[in-house]
Amino acid sequence: MKKVYGSAAEALDGVLFDGMTIAAGGFGLCGIPELLLEAIKQAGTKDLTFASNNAGVDDFGIGILLQTKQVKKMMSSYVGENAEFMRQYLSGELELEFNPQGTLAERMRAGGCGIPGFYTKTGVGTQIAEGKEVKVFDGEEYILERGIFADLSIVKAWKADETGNLVFRKTARNFNPPAAMCGKVCVVEVEEIVPTGSLDPDHIHLPGVYVHRLIQGEHEKRIEKVTTRPREEA
Amino acid sequence: MAWDRNQMAARAAQELEDGMYVNLGIGIPTLVANYVGDKDITLQSENGMLGMGPFPFEGEEDPDLINAGKQTITELRRTAYFDSATSFGMIRGGKIAAAILGAMEVAENGDLANWMIPGKLIKGMGGAMDLVAGVGRVIVVMDHANKHGESKLLKECTLPLTGKGVVDRIITNLGVLDVVEGGLKIVEVAEGVTEDELRAATAATIVN
Repeated sequence: MKKVYGSAAEALDGVLFDGMTIAAGGFGLCGIPELLLEAIKQAGTKDLTFASNNAGVDDFGIGILLQTKQVKKMMSSYVGENAEFMRQYLSGELELEFNPQGTLAERMRAGGCGIPGFYTKTGVGTQIAEGKEVKVFDGEEYILERGIFADLSIVKAWKADETGNLVFRKTARNFNPPAAMCGKVCVVEVEEIVPTGSLDPDHIHLPGVYVHRLIQGEHEKRIEKVTTRPREEA
Repeated sequence: MAWDRNQMAARAAQELEDGMYVNLGIGIPTLVANYVGDKDITLQSENGMLGMGPFPFEGEEDPDLINAGKQTITELRRTAYFDSATSFGMIRGGKIAAAILGAMEVAENGDLANWMIPGKLIKGMGGAMDLVAGVGRVIVVMDHANKHGESKLLKECTLPLTGKGVVDRIITNLGVLDVVEGGLKIVEVAEGVTEDELRAATAATIVN
């Protein structure tokens, strides 16, 4: 089965529809599927729900889809870096469902593993627990969280082989594997597609069973906060 | 007289023991890393890294290598990377020995509020709720009073909670207090601060 496509637009052809739920990888601007987000902007798909830890910045990441008002709802843990997001949220144009970061990651992983719900002690006794089932195990309270089953996963990896086996790089891995797992269709962008057989099978981070479509492209990889130390400190 | 930010961080570093895996929050907690000395401490960054190194030299920033505060950092020889579900699995599963983090309010029963002020810009809790619910020990490092001079150690939190009954120890510019049955217990006062001054500055119940 052919997984490698020529462009982001080709790889998304036939899988986008208005009102769909998309799980996106990335943490801040690190490891975000920037090429696929741009292609979704060009496709003009509307009323999107995104399960994504963050919402990008005003002009990069999911932020570019906020500018074009293509996003209806965000399921995120932290959205502090995006002024347009705040404007749309405060004016009621955008829905926001806060998820504790680990709960969001586990909801994606669970969805991908066929687990519709799980109990966690994260958020017990807080606003996050409101309306959720509480169950006591061994004398401790836990709340029920639901697995996420997305229509589409969009993911950024470092390298892939032609069968979709993925390798990530450093902290750009973050939400990408759980996001990849929870979608009916998973489209992945990588910096390099290598011949099948050239990756060490013991060093695959996410096996190709989760990956349906694959593109290679040039990435901007913008840094959100450059922090350095002076040379003499060495 | 009281402790400054660096002295608070140095005091918090005394809480860490050889071999611990630890998560440090943003602000004063980040400074704790400067005071661990010879202790073998592994720092976790919840975006998917154990063994967090210092900031890179100028020109050596790597966009694929950031901490949970989205700052560029470096790796160490011991570093391991993993995905976000695995990262919070080790947090929720109690594998991380301690979290040192800042707070807006702490109540005498250990309730913690540090993610949201109603009516102000809402940013989100990030990983804070997972951390305080999961790690072995939660140590709060914060100023004793807010900018209006009011105690941040309260009988009950007024702000939305990050976690209920989760705080173990509080280190402020005035001293160190533990959350115990019935209230807070003074462990230590800062240099130049008397126990009476610490009590007078604290709205929470102090037990002996």
